[in-house]
Amino acid sequence: MKLSAPAIQFEKVSRYFGEVKAVDAVDLEIRDGEFFSMLGPSGSGKTTCLRMIAGFDRPTSGRIILYGQDVSTLPPYERDVNTVFQDYALFPHMTVGENVAYGLMIRKVAKAEQMKRMEEMLDLVQLAGYAARKPSQLSGGQRQRVALARALINHPKVLLLDEPLGALDLKLRQQMQVELKAIQKRVGITFIFVTHDQEEALTMSDRIAVFRDGKIEQIGSPADVYERPATPFVAGFVGTSNLVSGDMAARITGDAQTFSVRPEKIHLAAPGQTVANDAYSADGVIRDVVYLGLFTRYLVELDGGGDLVVVEQNLKSTSMDVLKARGRAVRLLWNRDHISRVGG
Amino acid sequence: MPSNSNGEKASLGLKLGALAGLLFLYVPLLIIFLYAFTTDETTYTFPPPGLTTKWFGVALGRVDLWRALALSMQVAAVATVAALILGTLAAAAVYRSNFFGREAISFMLVLPIALPGIVTGIALRSAIGTIGIPFSFWTIVIGHATFCVVVVYNNVLARFRRTSGSQMEASMDLGANSFQTFFHVVLPNISTALLAGGMLAFALSFDEVIVTTFTAGQQSTLPIWIFSQLTRPRDRPVTNVVAMFVILITFLPIFFAQKISAEASDVEGK
Repeated sequence: MKLSAPAIQFEKVSRYFGEVKAVDAVDLEIRDGEFFSMLGPSGSGKTTCLRMIAGFDRPTSGRIILYGQDVSTLPPYERDVNTVFQDYALFPHMTVGENVAYGLMIRKVAKAEQMKRMEEMLDLVQLAGYAARKPSQLSGGQRQRVALARALINHPKVLLLDEPLGALDLKLRQQMQVELKAIQKRVGITFIFVTHDQEEALTMSDRIAVFRDGKIEQIGSPADVYERPATPFVAGFVGTSNLVSGDMAARITGDAQTFSVRPEKIHLAAPGQTVANDAYSADGVIRDVVYLGLFTRYLVELDGGGDLVVVEQNLKSTSMDVLKARGRAVRLLWNRDHISRVGG
Repeated sequence: MPSNSNGEKASLGLKLGALAGLLFLYVPLLIIFLYAFTTDETTYTFPPPGLTTKWFGVALGRVDLWRALALSMQVAAVATVAALILGTLAAAAVYRSNFFGREAISFMLVLPIALPGIVTGIALRSAIGTIGIPFSFWTIVIGHATFCVVVVYNNVLARFRRTSGSQMEASMDLGANSFQTFFHVVLPNISTALLAGGMLAFALSFDEVIVTTFTAGQQSTLPIWIFSQLTRPRDRPVTNVVAMFVILITFLPIFFAQKISAEASDVEGK
């Protein structure tokens, strides 16, 4: 095995359920050791892709290659890949220790070695001393860690995570995001993470694939996907975005091609403010103000028709100040580099 | 969880009602117990003219009784084993795969327990007669299996539905083949359901009369033996002794089946 061999390659992989094309001729390459996220709304095909890598589902056509080996038709137990399930799928009749050591027990690893590695894994997920408990005695976050330890104990080449943080509350989810990333760095295994939460994907990933209707809309680093969305769908799904097209686009940029601009890149300025050479501008009236604590969201109706959403941090202003802004005429300014031509 | 968690006391009327209900259920059984010890051999005079334990001795000496008891145990055991295997397989098929007519099959499996025994009995008798199988031990077992399969099926299917389906996938994912997955994950998950279903099936088979009368040949199972005793009033206290033992013996499996199901639902009730 070469060091540079990709962890996973999809070659024109499709999966049909009857008439429904859950995954439609997807080509994909996931690099060795990266934290790769599959992001998309439900029904976009991301989970089906994950299940095909794990072996729970087989492609209708195409090939899936794991470190150079075609695994398209191998059963799950013959693939060097392990999964953390959305509902954790812990075995309720076994203790935490037995759950974690399950993979070793099946492989008939010596008892002493099993114990040693099981304890190492529980250490890794910060559950040392929990081996004798039953899963039913653990909190959601702890079960999540057990599922992670159980999947990592076999040292798989690739770890698959199917929306593993979905059932946790916000605080715990943010904490687990940081921890998952740290664990991935420590074990050096390729992680493939399925989520519908764009913030989660942006926080943790080296690269993100955005799925829609069984196809990949864009693959790139979080910064790429966020700042240079390739399609209107990506611009709308990853973060919020203003999509400007047709006459309005032509009026602002002199080109009718659709572009997207993020609400936080736009600045509110006084009417008549000079426009720098490297900036675009648009004049309008603030129609709506939503105070959100950390920042405020303004809806600005442009003079020539159409509207833009602008977000500004409440660095100096209070709720009293911002709410008075309704009805005020403004000039919107943003840097020319901050738009992304999305086609379509 | 105690149903009376707010500490409120039940009203006197409710207590009396509950007591009346329990008495209604258990007084007849206690009467049987009492008349197992009576010295009067033909009639039920109250109070009994005297108490004796001689009927236990008589019962012990009755070879026909022992033969009936042995037959009932064997039939119940074989019917239960058959029900465990067939019921589990049927439940697995209905749970795991989505085939044409699945709901119909599920309904047809459950139907025999709702059908009057007399209908099942006559239907089996005609079918067995038509095919030309001699009435024997095995025809009794077949008759009993029709309703024993249902209780196992229902118990196991309910357990499957409460079990997370991804457990099996997790097991395969961790390197276990189907066989290992069945032994390490599926079987432990359904073991208490099997035990509870099996005990219920055993108890159902053990006291079955109607279907048995249609499917038995010359043999008599214990319930049939007791039934035939009614025509011989002289031995009535012997019948009562046997009835008492049957009550005590069936009480145990039902009691444990209940306890096991309750515990299992406590553990898995998340």
